Amino acid sequence: MSATFDVARIRQDFPILGETIHGKPLVYLDNAASTQKPKAVLDTLRHVYEHDYANVHRGVHTLSQRATDLFEGAREKIRAFINARDIKEIIFVRGTTEAVNLVAQSYGRSSLQAGDEILITAMEHHSNIVPWQMLCQQTGAVLKVAPINLVGEIIMEEFEALLTERTKLVSVVHMSNALGTINPVKRIVELAHAKGVPVMLDGAQAIPHMPVDVQALDCDFYAFSGHKLCGPSGIGVLYGKEALLKAMPPWQGGGDMIRMVTFAKSEYNTLPYKFEAGTPAIAEAVGLGEAVDYLQTIGMDKIAAYEQLLLDYATQKALEIPALKIIGTANDKGAILGFTLHHIHPHDIGTMLDQLGIAVRAGHHCAMPVMDFFGVPATARASFSFYNTAEEVDVLIDGIKQIIEVFG
Amino acid sequence: MFDELRDLYQEVVFDHNRNPRNFRVMEDASRKIDGFNPLCGDRITLYVKVNGNVIEDVSFQGSGCAISTASASLMTEIVRGHTEEETHEIFELFHRIVTGEDQRTDFGELGKLAVLAGVRAYPARVKCATLAWHSLEAALKEEAETVSTE
Repeated sequence: MSATFDVARIRQDFPILGETIHGKPLVYLDNAASTQKPKAVLDTLRHVYEHDYANVHRGVHTLSQRATDLFEGAREKIRAFINARDIKEIIFVRGTTEAVNLVAQSYGRSSLQAGDEILITAMEHHSNIVPWQMLCQQTGAVLKVAPINLVGEIIMEEFEALLTERTKLVSVVHMSNALGTINPVKRIVELAHAKGVPVMLDGAQAIPHMPVDVQALDCDFYAFSGHKLCGPSGIGVLYGKEALLKAMPPWQGGGDMIRMVTFAKSEYNTLPYKFEAGTPAIAEAVGLGEAVDYLQTIGMDKIAAYEQLLLDYATQKALEIPALKIIGTANDKGAILGFTLHHIHPHDIGTMLDQLGIAVRAGHHCAMPVMDFFGVPATARASFSFYNTAEEVDVLIDGIKQIIEVFG
Repeated sequence: MFDELRDLYQEVVFDHNRNPRNFRVMEDASRKIDGFNPLCGDRITLYVKVNGNVIEDVSFQGSGCAISTASASLMTEIVRGHTEEETHEIFELFHRIVTGEDQRTDFGELGKLAVLAGVRAYPARVKCATLAWHSLEAALKEEAETVSTE
């Protein structure tokens, strides 16, 4: 599909892509749920545990120092990857969900009052809805939801109208996991900042598919998960602007996040450690650093361009199937193909495609309000990564045609 | 191509999915209950008419996959005319079948249950098959809240 993009060679980096499922070659199209891991990441995890493992920020012994250097080295890699100003702005968390909860419980709880408003959109993942609902219950703040249109884009006039002097925080998904929509987040940040409102971006889906520059976006918080970025699960990142993070109270208390403890009071550690209570996911963080290196060797621009070709091809093929309806047809869209088949439930599609070796997600994708909006109980979702191929799209399309045939 | 799936997707399943039996609202139901599978978003509204302790009529509405629709449809046929106690026993038997605890293939006069036995090889789909049945159990116990398979 692209002369400069050697997908065959890239596939060699992912051992799992050689698996067979029900006797068929694996066609892994569930990348929006989690991505597979390149050998470099797997080797790194093993190497850390075999040669460099101890707890971080604690011991004077050699291994502890080595582990700390690797762990902090990963933080610096991630800083550079998203172009944050300082490593103080890179908080290691378990994943996007924990990052949103951290901002809700630390920033939100300390700065929101009854009657204040939090503005999200109708295409959010449950992880960017429920933490705010919990915060609203705790503070008396009110959750406002900017509506979307039938192609799955935020209705910007409505968003602007909902952005008022009562709005104290905006939290928006950068790229929708159910629809693929890439939101105009730079514009959203500008609009919110014009009213003095900070913006959190849920980058879980966006960051594997495009270059992300938090300074260019000027967002106040940006959250993502390692496991969707070819890294290990159990590690993720919250980026926050230093001034905001500095003013925020700690969220969880424990070791590592303190400078001095007496029974009378404790003095908190500096950034980023103030928000990293307890032993972190050490090897996982180092693995995520390796994943970021790996992706940058390929190039996020090239990944974005290749995946766009793949999505265009899949979309064109899907449109040739009369019974198929694509859910999510935004102009600016990442490599996600959500669809329904007339009279055939996504769960049946998922089981049948699996029989052909094809892994897709079937369900509500943790975005039940999105399903309600489109009037479907669920969708089937093929989500692509840079290691997928046009041939795999053909296998998917052929599988869908077979399902339609057996259901009659 | 889908030969391996024939145990799960039998012709009877396709038939009940295409033409679900007792797929209607029941105005004079003695009990009505909503069932929900949060994993996949399947919803069912189950209507039961109980006379004495005999299940006189069962019907359902909702949207779900072929397995859950066929299971609900077959269930409405199977339990009609049985007492509440018998229905509970059928539910228990059904549960043992789909979880693989009961490996029989011949269920005598409850033969229709065998249609759903294929689901035991697909743990991810057991909840699809059990949604209607859990809803029925709850309806007979008169549990008011939405039933969830989780």
